[in-house]
Amino acid sequence: MSKHVGKSVTRVDGFDKAAGRTKYYEDRVPSDALYVRIKHAERAHAMVKSIDTAAASAIPGVVKVLTCFDVPDTPFPTAGHPWSMDPGHQDVADRHLLNRHVRYWGDDVAVVIAENEVAAMRGVRALTVEYEDLPFVLDAQKAMEEGAPQLHERFPRNILKHTDMRKGDYAAAIQEEGLIKVEGWYDTPTVQHCHIENHGCFAYEENGRVVVVASTQIPHIIRRVVGQALGRPWGDIQIIKPYIGGGFGNKQDALYEPLCAWCTTQVGGRCVRIDCAREETFVSNRVRHAIRFHIVSWLRPDGTFAARKVECYSNQGAYASHGHSIVAKAMGSFPQHYPCPNMECDAWTVFTNRPAAGAMRGYGMPQASFADESNIDDCARAVGMDPMEFRRKNIMPVGYHDAFSGNTNYFDTYNQCMDKGAAFIDYARKRAEFAADTGPVRRGIGLATFWYNTAVYPISLETSSNRMLLNLDGTVTMQCGETEIGQGADTAYAQMTAEAVGLRSYRDVHVVSCQDTDITPTGLGAYASRQTYVAGFSIRQTAELLKEKILKYACEVTRQAVHNMDIADGNIIRKGDGQVLMSLSELAMTAQYNPVHSEHITAESTYTIRNNAYSFGCTFAEVEVDIPLCKVTLKKVVNVHDCGSLINPALAEAQVHGGMSMAIGYGLSEQLLFDEKTGKPLNNNLLDYKLSTFMDHPRLEAEFVENAEPTSPFGTKALGEPPACSGAPAIRNAILNATGVAIDRNPINPHVLFAEFTKAGLIRDEWQEGKEE
Amino acid sequence: MYDMKALYEAESVEHAIALRLEHPTAQIIAGGSDVLVQMREGKRAGAELISIYGIDALRGVTLDEEENLRIGSLTSFSHITRDALIQERCNVLGEAVDQVGSPQIRNIGTIGGNTCNGVTSADSASTLHAWEAIVELTGKNGVRRLPIHDFYLRAGKVDLRVEEGEIQTAILIPKASYERTFGHYIKYGMRNAMEIATLGCSVNVRLSPDKTIIERCRIAYGVAGPVPMRCPSAEAAANGHRPTEELAETFSRAVLEDINPRDSWRASKAFRQHIAVEMARRCLIKSIRKAGGALQ
Repeated sequence: MSKHVGKSVTRVDGFDKAAGRTKYYEDRVPSDALYVRIKHAERAHAMVKSIDTAAASAIPGVVKVLTCFDVPDTPFPTAGHPWSMDPGHQDVADRHLLNRHVRYWGDDVAVVIAENEVAAMRGVRALTVEYEDLPFVLDAQKAMEEGAPQLHERFPRNILKHTDMRKGDYAAAIQEEGLIKVEGWYDTPTVQHCHIENHGCFAYEENGRVVVVASTQIPHIIRRVVGQALGRPWGDIQIIKPYIGGGFGNKQDALYEPLCAWCTTQVGGRCVRIDCAREETFVSNRVRHAIRFHIVSWLRPDGTFAARKVECYSNQGAYASHGHSIVAKAMGSFPQHYPCPNMECDAWTVFTNRPAAGAMRGYGMPQASFADESNIDDCARAVGMDPMEFRRKNIMPVGYHDAFSGNTNYFDTYNQCMDKGAAFIDYARKRAEFAADTGPVRRGIGLATFWYNTAVYPISLETSSNRMLLNLDGTVTMQCGETEIGQGADTAYAQMTAEAVGLRSYRDVHVVSCQDTDITPTGLGAYASRQTYVAGFSIRQTAELLKEKILKYACEVTRQAVHNMDIADGNIIRKGDGQVLMSLSELAMTAQYNPVHSEHITAESTYTIRNNAYSFGCTFAEVEVDIPLCKVTLKKVVNVHDCGSLINPALAEAQVHGGMSMAIGYGLSEQLLFDEKTGKPLNNNLLDYKLSTFMDHPRLEAEFVENAEPTSPFGTKALGEPPACSGAPAIRNAILNATGVAIDRNPINPHVLFAEFTKAGLIRDEWQEGKEE
Repeated sequence: MYDMKALYEAESVEHAIALRLEHPTAQIIAGGSDVLVQMREGKRAGAELISIYGIDALRGVTLDEEENLRIGSLTSFSHITRDALIQERCNVLGEAVDQVGSPQIRNIGTIGGNTCNGVTSADSASTLHAWEAIVELTGKNGVRRLPIHDFYLRAGKVDLRVEEGEIQTAILIPKASYERTFGHYIKYGMRNAMEIATLGCSVNVRLSPDKTIIERCRIAYGVAGPVPMRCPSAEAAANGHRPTEELAETFSRAVLEDINPRDSWRASKAFRQHIAVEMARRCLIKSIRKAGGALQ
């Protein structure tokens, strides 16, 4: 019977965050730190011929100007992936600290280091860069063409990687008579994470080592990357990660930590700081991959699939970052989400002269869900079936097993989630009612499901380490490398630790939120919706070790056999009769101050996780479409998730709300735009980039189906990213239901609706008629 | 940190005028929601600023002796929205400025700053044009009043004379303009908050006492051209006519003869024209209803 998990307890960091007392990296910068400001290239593709630094160097307050001609020629990778002992599986090392070969508008070509920000910015503006222009390409498919501008010598036709998947015999299967072909091209946009706290960091030298304090999700991985970039042993580098204001995957990458670390070494070890402005965050950090899908589905009139073909073109932008992993995950979902005996899938990751794409909440699945779930609705329409019934007929059945990951669909999750969502939104009744709408304003209801899995096994290493220390007051201090990034992980850890050790309250666990690579047990960080799942293994294991040590010492004091005792409510008890033998505090004090046998009781262990877990769900959306104004109002939206047993229902709900909000923006308004003529980003600010606001949201509803995950010690699995996956296609399908117009690109903003409604004859060509009159 | 050379704080209108004459290249700053953003972008790096934000005499809405509405230039958007005189006599202005940015911006942003910035997208501008507002400017030689239409010279440029040491001190809405008049404003944006208008449309009507004739109809747009603009053709099509479905149609299509929106990555000309017609139609119908009439 769980006492601490499954409860909506208050966040361990809630009070300080609400009171504004939590310390982020900027709150820790020493007051004498120098400001590093970056000169970003104003070309999409060019070679830097020279940089005139004289004027910048002469500005009062400027300490040093460093350019792409000064940096070491040691390329390094940036992706926040675990290191691989297999060189063939290591990330592509294609980055320099500053670049002579400019590969996107915003690439880093020089830095000005100054006593204050104003001097640094004046210095940046005073730099004169001479470029040799090169032709550029922004579209992934165009970049693959013969003769397209080349970004990296090692990758002909700009193809970073191509992988495929074959199942059955597609060519033979499509010969079957009476098949209906449903084909579509589905385009997803470049978007950015827009976490509240921009990335930034500061660095200094101490005793011959380099210390970097960074707003990052992955301190231990950053340590390795900084070592690689500086060409120094990894032990020379210390990374400290304080509280951070969100990351959503952008900070699952080495951003400016390597450059900042190098800059301090160029000014005698003085502390230097880099603080990204929002405009830089949009362009010179990471973005989500724009992926274009081509899907051909061959259906029998009874609504079953004979064969499917999927092609995915992933726009990598200028540098490899997470590279092919994202589209590989996207492609991999197709054969599992809707199993079909004959499939041909291909995925290409292609360099273009756009900002580098990396990890972003969902890791390929918001894109895949938009394409697949759009095509599924188109298929349902083609055979005249209700979209939910069509899904029930074709979706991954209970008992489905994937040999590669070892995942099994233990429960009939998809149907359970759809049942719950349909009931919540009153699907059948509303669909019938809305069908009667024929005026300028029409209502519609749509759904989409999504496929997801937890953590990165078996593609990469999954490991979690943990340290627990029994304090003298009977509380436990806990440390691990799986980071708190705003999602509430620390609170979940406190609950799980209290549960596993047998404490009175989760408040008796002090989670050390700040990771310091000199002190914190090695962990991989926050990504892949893995923290609660993987930390669960090491928390359970380390708690067992700690208990064993506690009870062994207690045996000396109480003379009871170890196997005859347990810990409950912060006391050591006798199992047989529940008799309280002593409190943990008494035990800790006795052990610490025993003149004959003193011991500070601590436990530490690493758990290698060799499991993965499916985490599925769906979104139901109700929209009202004002056709003449080309506007969609989202009236109602509900997400249903099976993420196993909830550790903290209130935090889980909050996690879902955040993901739904991102999905709404992805579906209706968000898109980073580039000027076709120059490659320049057009809207890299929060005014012109239409992040949705809560004025654009209805009440966000989160529902759960709690099937305890059998592989997890706490019955839990992924919930970080899944909420961002199915919202956009659900909205798209609701618009289809309302208007009969199938829109195959997101965001579905008024510009897109104007074009699509005009094409469909739903709106009049007023300005043309006006001219005639 | 802002790259500013100096900040002079004016204590009175006279002091502001003196500071203007003394520092002719200095930029006036009120709430700062435009100026500070521009400085952050490096556009006014190293600028000198004259802050008029402390001049309380420029705050508030009053009726002058002729019962014209007088809005002090430093009155914030949120104060305008909540002002009883505005609600009673020109409610649409309060509704329009309530759509600026966010609550924080509406608390700091002023109607004077909104108009002196000279941009076509300002939420107050189309309504002020549609209600034929008068801009009051005070300089070393006294007060100058001019119609808001003449105040806007071109995109980003208003008739505020540095050599006179002028600052904008009030915006007036004449009694003849607001009497028996009801209006509606639609801001078209790509989202419902934190937005600059893709197009703003403000319409107002005065109906005959028996509500059967549109005695006077005025319409103005923001973002339909480089500066906010009225639509004479559309107004002529409506004035003196009965409020009918057909009239709403004729009226709204006539705006295409007056407006000249541009093609940009923010929105195509065709799209802006399309929504301009629909917005005009909806604004007119809503204004008629607010005036107590109905489509016949």
